[in-house]
Amino acid sequence: MSGFDWLVPVFLTVITAATPLVFAALGELVTEKSGVLNLGVEGMMLVGAVSGFITVLATGNYFLAVGAAALAGAIMAFLFGILTLSLMANQVATGLALTLFGVGLSALMGQDFVGEPVAALTKLNIAGLSDIPFIGPILFGQDALVYFSFIMVAVVSWFLYKTKAGLVLRAVGDSHNAAHSIGYPVIAIRYMAVMFGGAMSGIGGAYLSLAYTPMWAENMTAGRGWIALALIVFATWKPGLVLVGAYMFGGITILQLHAQAAGLNVPSQVLSMLPYLATIIVLVLISKDESRIRKHAPACIGKIFHPAA
Amino acid sequence: MNDSEGATPQLELRGITKAYPGCLANDHIDLKIMPGEIHALLGENGAGKSTLVKIIYGVLEADEGEIFWAGNSVTIPNPHSARKIGIGMVFQHFSLFEAMTVTENIALGMSGRQDMKALERDIIEISNSYGLPLEPNRQVYTLSVGEKQRIEIVRCLLQNPKLLIMDEPTSVLTPQEADKMFETLRRLSHEGVSILYISHKLDEIKALCHKATILRGGKYISECDPTKETAKSLAEMMIGTDLHAPEHHEKPDSGPVRLKVSNLSINADAEFGVDLNAINFEVRSGEIFGIAGVAGNGQIELLSALSGETTCSDAEAITLDGEHIGRLGPNPRRDLGLAFVPEDRLGHGSVPEMMLTENAFLSGYSRMALLNSGFINNGSTAEYAKEIVGKFDVRTPGIYHTASSLSGGNLQKFIVGREVLQKPDVIIIAHPTWGVDAGAAAFIHQTLIDLAEAGAAIVVISQDLDELFAISNRIAVIAEGRLSVARNLNEISVEEIGVLMGGTHETAEKAEALNAI
Repeated sequence: MSGFDWLVPVFLTVITAATPLVFAALGELVTEKSGVLNLGVEGMMLVGAVSGFITVLATGNYFLAVGAAALAGAIMAFLFGILTLSLMANQVATGLALTLFGVGLSALMGQDFVGEPVAALTKLNIAGLSDIPFIGPILFGQDALVYFSFIMVAVVSWFLYKTKAGLVLRAVGDSHNAAHSIGYPVIAIRYMAVMFGGAMSGIGGAYLSLAYTPMWAENMTAGRGWIALALIVFATWKPGLVLVGAYMFGGITILQLHAQAAGLNVPSQVLSMLPYLATIIVLVLISKDESRIRKHAPACIGKIFHPAA
Repeated sequence: MNDSEGATPQLELRGITKAYPGCLANDHIDLKIMPGEIHALLGENGAGKSTLVKIIYGVLEADEGEIFWAGNSVTIPNPHSARKIGIGMVFQHFSLFEAMTVTENIALGMSGRQDMKALERDIIEISNSYGLPLEPNRQVYTLSVGEKQRIEIVRCLLQNPKLLIMDEPTSVLTPQEADKMFETLRRLSHEGVSILYISHKLDEIKALCHKATILRGGKYISECDPTKETAKSLAEMMIGTDLHAPEHHEKPDSGPVRLKVSNLSINADAEFGVDLNAINFEVRSGEIFGIAGVAGNGQIELLSALSGETTCSDAEAITLDGEHIGRLGPNPRRDLGLAFVPEDRLGHGSVPEMMLTENAFLSGYSRMALLNSGFINNGSTAEYAKEIVGKFDVRTPGIYHTASSLSGGNLQKFIVGREVLQKPDVIIIAHPTWGVDAGAAAFIHQTLIDLAEAGAAIVVISQDLDELFAISNRIAVIAEGRLSVARNLNEISVEEIGVLMGGTHETAEKAEALNAI
C-alpha cells in the first residue's frame, strides 16, 4: 500500500487542476445548450477570480467571495446578453471582445493586490473518513468547491434531461423559431442560460485565486477558459463527459509536470504541449461520429434570433 | 354546422388587419366558424392565410380588429393562451425540434407539466385510435416529412382542442392516410370541434369542408359553400383569373434511355434510415417517371443516392446517358446534366440565411457558367437569379433577400426554377408542388412536361397521387426500400397503388399475376 502513497498528492493536484475547468465548462455547456456561443469564458473567469480574491482580502469570508465571483461572472455575461440577445450583435465577435475586456478589467481591479497572499480555501476534514489511507484524503479531504462541482454536474444533468424547464432550454437551442412559434420566450430563456454560464465561469475563476494558487496574478487563468470551451465539444455537450474531459485534461497537465520534474529526456516544451495535443486528438476522434453530434449539439448555436413572423 | 342566426360562433374575427413594412398582409378580414364546422381557408401563396392563422394562434398580434371566442371578446397574446382557451394548430413549416424525441416534442407543445411516461402512453393511445402511427422514442431528425406531420397532429389532439387549425395537413399523406385523417376530422367535427382547414387541394375541400372563406391579396373575397362549387370555380375565385390544366401529350416511350438504375442497394447509415433494396428502373428521354410511396419508405435515401450525396459502391448501379456515375458525387453529376430538387426545401434545397443570388449560384455555377476564372461573376449570377424570379413568378421583394424570407410555395418555385433553367438532361424532383398554390402548381407541372418534351428524362418522387397521375407517363411505388415494377399510367389504378404503398412487395412474377386478374 505504502508504495503508492506518492500517488496521493498527484491525485490531489489533478483534482485542483480539473475543478476550475469543470465549473467553467459546465456553465458554458448550459449557455450553448440554449443556442448561444459565448467565447468570453476566459474573461468571465478572470473577473470572477479577481472579484473573489478582493472579497476575501476585504472580508475574510470565503462564502461571500465565491458569491461575489459568481455575481461578477454573471454581470459580465449579462453584458454579453445585452449585446448579442437584445442588440443582436455577432456572438463570436462579442465573445472575443468580452475576453479581451475581462483581461483588462481584471488587471485593473487587481492592480493593488498582485502578490498579496491569502489562506487557501480550507479542505474539509470528515472525521474518520479522511484518515482512511489513500482514498481518504482523495475522496473525503477536498475543499467545499470540489464537492460543489460534482453536485453541479449532477444538478445540470438532472435539469437538462429530467425537467420540463431543461427540455425547454434544449428546445430553444435546437430550433429557436419552432420554440417561438409554440410560444416560449426565447430571449428570456437565453438570458438566464447565459447568466448561469457567467456565474459558473466566475466560480471557476475564483477556484484558481482562492484554492489552486491562493493569490492574484494578471492573466492567471492562462487559457483555461479556452480549454473549457473545447471540452464542451469534446464532451459532445453532455455534462457527465465534461467531468471526464476536465479530469483527463487536468490529469495530463499534472502528469507532464511530474514528468518534467523527474527529468524525462523530452524537451519540456513538448511536454507542456501534451494536454493541448491530447485535447485536439480526442476532439478529432469524437467529431468523427456525426450522429452523436447531431443528437446532442444545439443546432441553433451562435445564430441570431430575430423574433419575426 | 348549424348556421342559424341564434347560434354563437366558436370563433369570430371582425376586421382583422396586419401590416408589414411594405405590405398589408391582412386587410380587414372577417371570419366566422361555428362549433363543429369544418371551415376552409382558401387563397394563393401570399394571400394572407398564414398571417391570419398566426394571429388566431397568438404568434402574431393584429394591428386592428377583434377576436370573439364563443361570443366573448378575447385577446390572444401568445400561443400558450391560445392553447389554454382550446385552440390547437398544425403548422405548415413544422415547429419541431430535430434533435429531440417524439415524446419530448409533444411535451414541448403542451402547456403545463406532464409525466413523460404517462404522456408516452397517451401518445400511443391517441395515435392508434386516430390511425396516426408514431414511435414515441424516435429522434425527429430520423423521421420523414409525413411522420413529422403526424407528431404535430397528435400533439394537438392530446389537448382536446375546441378549434383545430390545420395548415395543409394532407400534402404529405397517401390517399389512404388522407382518407383516414378525414375520418378523424369528421369524427372531431361530430364531437363538436371546429376545424379551420387550409389546403391547396380543392377536391379535398369540396369533400370535407362545410364552408369556405376565400382570401386574395390580403383581402376577404367571399364566403361560399364548397360542396356547391367546382374545383375549377374555387381555384378561379382564389387566383381571380381562369385556370388552365396542364397540357399533356401522350408520348410513346421511344426516346433513348437517359437514366438507368440497376440493382441499386444501399444500407442506410442513419440510425432509422431505410435500406434500399435492389432498385431497378429506367427513364427515357421525354418521359416523366413517377415514384409514389408513403413517407419514410426510402424516398429520402433514393433521392440522395440519385443526387450523389450518398455514393454507391458499384459505379454501374446508376447510368446517365451511358456513363456510369454511381461513384460520383453531386457536383460531377451536375456537370454531366443531372439536376435535383430535394424534399426539404429550406436547409437542403436552399441555404436559408443566404440570398437568392447566392442560392442560385451554389447549384448553377457550373452549368450556367457563373465563374470568372475562379471568382464569382456577380453580374451574370444576378441575371440568372432575376431570370428565375421572373420566369417562375417568385414573389419576393428582390433577389438580394434571403431564401428564408420567402414563403414555402415561393421558395419551391425558386428552387424548381433554378434547376429547370439549367436545362438538365435528367431531373429528379421530390414533392414538386408541396405547399404551392393551384396556379403555381399548374405552372410547375406544365414546366416539367415542357422540359420532358424537350428531351429530358424526369423522375418525380411524390406522395400526391393526383399530381403523379396528372403528369407522369409511368408510375412505380416505393415501399420499405423496394421499388415495384413500373406500370404505364393507363394500366394502374389509384387503388392498386394504394395497395402497393402498403408494402406488398411486387416482384416481376407477382406483377404478372396481378395483371392476369
